[in-house]
Amino acid sequence: MIPEIGHFALILALGLALIQTVVPLYGFARNRADCLAVAAPAAIGQFAMLGVAFVSLGFAFYANDFSVAYVAANSHTQLPWFYRIAAIWGAHEGSLLLWMMLLSCWSLAVAAASRTLPREVASCVLAVMGSVSVGFLMFTLFTSSPFTREFPAPGEGRDLNPLLQDPGLVFHPPMLYMGYVGFCVAFAFAITALITGRVDSAWTRWTRPWTIAAWAFLTLGVTLGSWWAYNELGWGGWWFWDPVENASFMPWLVGTALIHSLAVTEKRGIFKSWTVLLAITAFALSLLGTFLVRSGVLISVHAFATDPARGVYILAFFTIVIGGSLLLYAIRAPKFEAGTEPVAALSREGLLLLNNIFLVVAAAGVLLGTLYPILADSLGMGRISVGPPYFNKVFIPLTAPLVVLVGAAAVMAWKRTRAELLRSRLWAPLIIAIVVGVAMPLLTVGPGALAAIAGCVLGCWAIATALEDIVRRCRGRRIMLPRHVLGMALAHIGVGVFVIGISLVSGFGGEHDVRLAPGESTSMAGHEFTFMGTRHVEGPNFVAEVGDFVVRKDGEQIAELYPAKRRYNASGQTMTESDIDIGIWRDLYVSLGEPLSGDAWSVRIYYRPFIRWIWAGGFLAAIGGLLALSDKRYRRRADAPARRAVATDRNDKAAHA
Amino acid sequence: MLVGGLFVGLAAAVALALTAFSENILYFHQPSEIAAGEVPVNTRFRIGGLVEDGSVDRSGDDLVVHFTLADCAASVPVQFKGTLPDLFREGQGIVAYGALDESGEFVADEVLAKHDENYMSPDVADAMKDEQGNSCMPAEMQAQR
Repeated sequence: MIPEIGHFALILALGLALIQTVVPLYGFARNRADCLAVAAPAAIGQFAMLGVAFVSLGFAFYANDFSVAYVAANSHTQLPWFYRIAAIWGAHEGSLLLWMMLLSCWSLAVAAASRTLPREVASCVLAVMGSVSVGFLMFTLFTSSPFTREFPAPGEGRDLNPLLQDPGLVFHPPMLYMGYVGFCVAFAFAITALITGRVDSAWTRWTRPWTIAAWAFLTLGVTLGSWWAYNELGWGGWWFWDPVENASFMPWLVGTALIHSLAVTEKRGIFKSWTVLLAITAFALSLLGTFLVRSGVLISVHAFATDPARGVYILAFFTIVIGGSLLLYAIRAPKFEAGTEPVAALSREGLLLLNNIFLVVAAAGVLLGTLYPILADSLGMGRISVGPPYFNKVFIPLTAPLVVLVGAAAVMAWKRTRAELLRSRLWAPLIIAIVVGVAMPLLTVGPGALAAIAGCVLGCWAIATALEDIVRRCRGRRIMLPRHVLGMALAHIGVGVFVIGISLVSGFGGEHDVRLAPGESTSMAGHEFTFMGTRHVEGPNFVAEVGDFVVRKDGEQIAELYPAKRRYNASGQTMTESDIDIGIWRDLYVSLGEPLSGDAWSVRIYYRPFIRWIWAGGFLAAIGGLLALSDKRYRRRADAPARRAVATDRNDKAAHA
Repeated sequence: MLVGGLFVGLAAAVALALTAFSENILYFHQPSEIAAGEVPVNTRFRIGGLVEDGSVDRSGDDLVVHFTLADCAASVPVQFKGTLPDLFREGQGIVAYGALDESGEFVADEVLAKHDENYMSPDVADAMKDEQGNSCMPAEMQAQR
């Protein structure tokens, strides 16, 4: 009964999404306020219906209703309840439902905030979001409903993939999808701008907070994903340039470019068409990411073709959404009046132009490496793969200059900056960056690779310049700096922390595989690991062999680690559960390989200096985004005169000087 | 000036990407291609096939494992030093990265087994087809797919 209610709610949601799309657009074309006013209630109704569907599926999981095929495929009675709930988004059908649920949350937020927007803009934005929702709802209802029954119902489920049975599953996909779907709002604003033909500072002021919010969630999602892979996969790595990771990283790169180009469009009224194009691209890549990961095309183009209905639908939907918006763009974008002033190289807009180019080219490089193997395979050009060396070779030279630019961001003024000003403000951070950047690795991990130390200096440079900016601006001020300024500085500090993390972990990290019998030890970067033996442990839905390791440094015990080898009862699948001693300066990571002759095991040991900094940087950047979002400049009502906004900007500029 | 600089920079980026790309493409070969001598030695590539039953030999005290990897027609000896993935076992399809040495043994530096029980790497699945395109995998493994 409950699954049928969920299915029915999905059908009602489709109806409401159609109304949300068609009626406001008609109202816009005919200039009818009553039709425009339909958008917000329809969005609220759609949210309620998707909520019902989502809760229904959640209940089916909670109650172990294995007559629902999706539940039977992804759950088990022994699975703990929180994993049963999170299993909603453990596979294709349910993650589509999560996607639509989050889209309706964003629509609800737009509807709630619509009092700050002119009615035709708010309705148009909701109509575009409704049309995306229509596409996803039809896809779900016609090709991949999570509510399909299976008769006779199996007595027991086939269990959630053990790889997914980790707290990461509870947080990572919802955050990532919040980001993906959030770019739909920016996309909807871009389409609205193309329809209404207006890209002015009011438009950017409405678009910016939504874009920053989506970007912050995506940053959190990607960071959590990296952290999860490190914890769960047992390979001690934090990024593998896997197509699944790239799928989430490309929208992030373009979204980052979008945030920066929106700033230029707001302050200087230039880059209008470019900003709109970036908004479309960011969402296109989000869609691509969703489909790449969930359609099976990455597993194989042949797996994709085994369900032709899904494949054809996805391609058709993608073509309509992206082709349609690019067509609209081609027709309407030339009408945006272009700025006449040239962009000076030594100005904030010049700097942000460079930022955009680096980010977009980096995203294009990642796209090439991700899609080329798929294309080559489907065109019968042979099976190839593109390995991490390609991505590192392309990505690092393109992003290192970007970090240098981050340092100049705080100092550059709009329009034109004198070179002397740059020199006078940047020498102190430069010296601090060099001293700290060289001293920090020397004091914590010892002398080593030059490239890693250069990276560390680069990271310190980003942090030092951001701090210098804050300190200089705070001096002689009684009131707090505006939150968007603090948010930017925090995000840039996050970039610096992240760069220090990746430089030092790649330059100084170590790993080795070793055979250990009980009582034997091995040493790694000054730490001695002693294997005491294994014991047998029974978990809720698995049995495990747990290894017992004692770690000593300079003869003193500093940690005990218990890596395990689990065997899941339902699937018979084995899983390596590594154990990690966490620290600010280094992680010690032990995972069990396989039992060898006698009581010996093959053991893999990793030393990962500064790896926590990678995720700390990601979280700092996301918090910076959320802080900027909370700035009251984004919460002005539509009826407030635009003049006041200009006045505030002047105050900001006065604060800059 | 700015535009000229951008142009040069973009050209450099494209050149960088394309050289890196052509240097880092890895081809896929299956055991019968190697047995036929079509694959050059000391060049990194990807291999896929089934781990032959009874071939896994981990007798040494070091972590070197020897096994043979087979498709329908031929098999190739493989050696790997390190920790094998959780899903590695005899009779299972795997993919490995590495190069052939002069003696004709494939020296793997990375071994990947499928991500879960129900999924077989498409590379391996295709490698396990004879000339008529019929799979020569054991029947119960075909049923799993």
